Amino acid sequence: MTRRPAFPLLLAIAATSSGSLAYEVLLMRLFSIVQWHHFAYLIISLALLGYGVSGVFLAFNRERLIGVYGLAVTINLLLFGMAAPACFLIAQQIPFNPAELLWATEQLGYLSGLYLLLSLPFFFAANVIGLSFFRYRRDVSSIYAADLCGAGIGSLSIIALLFVLFPEKILPVIGGLSIVASLLVQRLFFRRWRVGVRFTVGAATVAAIFVLALQNWTLNISPYKGLSQQLRIPGTKVVENYSSPLGLLSVIESTQMPLRHAPGLSLNADAEPPEQLGIFTDADNLSAITRYDGNPDNLAYLDQSTSALPYHLQDLGEVLILGAGTGSDVLQALYHKIPAIDAVELNPQTIALIKDKHADFAGHIYSDPRVRLHTAEARGFVATSRDRYDLINLSLLDAFGASSAGLYALAETYLYTEQALKAYLEHLTPGGYLSMTRWIKIPPRDTLKLIATASAALKTLGSEHPERSIVLIRSWQTATMLIKNGTFSEAELAALRRFRDERGFDADYYPGVAETEVNRFNILQEPYYYQAATALLGEEREAFIADYKFNIKPATDDRPYFFHFFKWRTLPEIWSLLGQGGMSLLESGYLLLIVGLAHAVAVSFLLIIVPLWFWKRKLGIETGSAMHWRIFFYFSCLGLAFLFVEIAFIQKFILILHHPLYAITVVVSTFLLSAGIGSRFSKKLSDKNNRLWIAMPIAAIVLLSAAYILEFQFITGFLLQRSEFSKVLGSIALIVPLGFFMGMPFPMGMASLGRSVPALIPWAWGVNGCASVISAILAALIATEFGFTVLVFSALWLYALAALSFPAAENRVR
Amino acid sequence: MNKQFRLLFFAFMLFGVTNYALAGGEMAYEPQRNSLVDAIQADVRSTSYFLGKDALDEKVLQALRKVPRHEFVQEAQRLNAYLNRPLPIGYGQTISQPYIVAIMTDLLDLDENSRVLEIGTGSAYQAAVLAEVAGSVYTIEIIDALAERAAGDLKRLGYDKVHSRAGDGYYGWEEAAPFDAIMVTAAASHIPPPLIKQLKPGGRMIIPVGGRFTVQHLVLVNKDQENRITSRQLLPVRFVPLTGDR
Repeated sequence: MTRRPAFPLLLAIAATSSGSLAYEVLLMRLFSIVQWHHFAYLIISLALLGYGVSGVFLAFNRERLIGVYGLAVTINLLLFGMAAPACFLIAQQIPFNPAELLWATEQLGYLSGLYLLLSLPFFFAANVIGLSFFRYRRDVSSIYAADLCGAGIGSLSIIALLFVLFPEKILPVIGGLSIVASLLVQRLFFRRWRVGVRFTVGAATVAAIFVLALQNWTLNISPYKGLSQQLRIPGTKVVENYSSPLGLLSVIESTQMPLRHAPGLSLNADAEPPEQLGIFTDADNLSAITRYDGNPDNLAYLDQSTSALPYHLQDLGEVLILGAGTGSDVLQALYHKIPAIDAVELNPQTIALIKDKHADFAGHIYSDPRVRLHTAEARGFVATSRDRYDLINLSLLDAFGASSAGLYALAETYLYTEQALKAYLEHLTPGGYLSMTRWIKIPPRDTLKLIATASAALKTLGSEHPERSIVLIRSWQTATMLIKNGTFSEAELAALRRFRDERGFDADYYPGVAETEVNRFNILQEPYYYQAATALLGEEREAFIADYKFNIKPATDDRPYFFHFFKWRTLPEIWSLLGQGGMSLLESGYLLLIVGLAHAVAVSFLLIIVPLWFWKRKLGIETGSAMHWRIFFYFSCLGLAFLFVEIAFIQKFILILHHPLYAITVVVSTFLLSAGIGSRFSKKLSDKNNRLWIAMPIAAIVLLSAAYILEFQFITGFLLQRSEFSKVLGSIALIVPLGFFMGMPFPMGMASLGRSVPALIPWAWGVNGCASVISAILAALIATEFGFTVLVFSALWLYALAALSFPAAENRVR
Repeated sequence: MNKQFRLLFFAFMLFGVTNYALAGGEMAYEPQRNSLVDAIQADVRSTSYFLGKDALDEKVLQALRKVPRHEFVQEAQRLNAYLNRPLPIGYGQTISQPYIVAIMTDLLDLDENSRVLEIGTGSAYQAAVLAEVAGSVYTIEIIDALAERAAGDLKRLGYDKVHSRAGDGYYGWEEAAPFDAIMVTAAASHIPPPLIKQLKPGGRMIIPVGGRFTVQHLVLVNKDQENRITSRQLLPVRFVPLTGDR
């Protein structure tokens, strides 16, 4: 048999990678619905250790498996096809409840069970690719090219599929794809047609069973998520479901006990919300469509929350609502008779619900002549808009539950960075307001970070007295900060005090506020907000930020982790309080990643390093050889560096392409496809069999990455002025050369092993797999602590280290 | 006749053994309950900064020593009944952490004449604790199955002064209003205005804010004699967000 991989085999490998990447994205979607996003991230990151396990498994069984290569690949493809849906179905039966993690030790067992189970499909997929590297060691570049191009196609396909199918319906598609791949392969290796027919019939039967079994199957959503809780109420049911990669929208109606969603309502309020329909996103994060019959009196309750403040300070003309969602902020503006409202919403399905499907119920607010609707990402809209507004409003853009649980710690958001606030302020008319409403946390966290960010943004814009441009008002549940383009007048402050007294709110900060005026209606143990605001807007700013027990340093575009409040210094104190009522103090999102990283490092150590002590010969390492350490460093560095660069540039390009979904899709698929082409091309360099050639792609990666990251402001400035199409094209043009070179070092290393120590190819594959898992988690932690620029430069050092440890044939110790 | 006598004798024996076992079981739970109360007292001492007192009201402590929490949890959770932690009770609901139950009850400042409304009966453990310190308790549960189970448990355990019903708590219990105290343990996006209306002048309302397994903080709403409303946000642990020198 030829030692060059046949085209159908390459196709099968591409299908495997495609399915594997699609499965990874799909699992994230599914677990975000049935559980919570950060646990999804943790579980799936760890499940990818299946790649590392595969490397070790192949390393120990390489000779046995290579003898039955065709059969082994076919079986692994079939197993991947079956395990992908089956493992998720089984995982749904595990009663994992993250909220109990710190109370009940059995939950740790469930968590481990989940990730071990979900690592199985990745293990089978990785076996197919890893074994092919070993078998076709002379043509690794083709296998890796198929692997990367397949993954690139997978990243595009899964996004497309998520637009047309509900996530749970995609599981059999992935299974089916792998079964088709197994059919492609079996034709190559089983010559007897009868075997082929039997195999085809068997595979088709398995596929049909899955499709039938999943027909009426529904997701088993955690009973503690908002949607499950709401559905317990008699007469409540889901009337519609809409799915897209942006989330699963569930519309609920309650016929017996009306839904009443009015967050932040004053304790003095006597108005109640009218009839509402509930909208859950990913089975949580409730928002409501409010019945509006054109009579503003029925919306009086919207004037009873802190976010209504700006409408009472002066007559406003044009208002911009960022994150308009189901329309409550638009209704609030309409209630206050605003003549021109620009409403910006990211999710077209949310807009369609209000504008079309439930337009009669919602009072046709999105077709109101006073309202201009924009389907866009908030920051992107502001970046490209030339309009100026009397008020820009961002209210409660995340749900209370997620916000209070500290789980958003590592979710990037470009809405609350210093640069974002600066951009909003630049779009205000003279005397206009930027209004930002957040949930109350005790002790305060996000509102204080917003004050610190606002102060920094105002200073950047040349304000010498930011303290004269900020007011802060608070209820028991929400706090609204107003930043004025100018300074507050005495008339405005008098109106503020009136608004405060009528509704029983506390004006914790305004220019000239006295301590005796604060903390009167919604009383905290200490006037925390007043103390913090006066410190953050005064001389003590830096000392206060340093002394505060949570991280309230402003987020920036380079470090867009607004919800990252964790400080190591505070951990011991909070840890000692967990048994009492201190759990909500724990910023668990960050800690979860630390736990995930420690776990990934420990498992990798067990998989990669421990066998070096006990089974050196079995792995194929010759006595006295130090080559394996070179291999270890080379493939570890590559595994870490590739994802560091990719993750950093995904985030950077979000600032150009703005829509997070399109940005991720464009960047990831372009990276993978161009790296695939780079891999194919790398064969020419590998064939020269000279270690110096590795310097070429690595030098190119270092130069291109450094140039992009250092000049990113220029690139952003240039591309932002262009059309949407040009932005996408420009981004692709920038990524292609970088991706092209990034696709080379891995196959060049493998090709070198193929010439010197082919037995270590599977082990190197395992090293790379483990490093990739560690990389994804570590990248998030480095970006949180130091920012994306540092992340990219860390990657460049790793690439340099890789070049130095390149396992060239001449390094072999004989 | 002889056969009937034997059966009767067997039934008596069985009754005796069961009673002994139950009494023994109940007695076995008592030390656990007392240790739990000791642990709660220690926690309260360390939280005195926020609660404004070093110890809970003796009536509340007595109630905690008396109410059999194990009777309000699912069979599978009985072993954990006297751990100071929330436990799942089915239907996506929980029985609250005893420490939180204790301080919430204490903050309501009840006496034997108090009339209390509870929104969100859940397991009915909280209602039973309230019944030990207040004159009458009215409790509403929105989930029918839970309401039915809670009513059965309360009746079985002799909590006759607890009036329970299934339904929507948003409009309170008009016929029994006004109340000296209201406890809202059901999740809500806001405090329903009708509940504030049903609070007597001088009355108190307590609301735990946060998730099912994690209380972020407590909100204590006060209505003064002039019907002015204020709230206090209380962290249930001693934690000051600034370092000591500030």
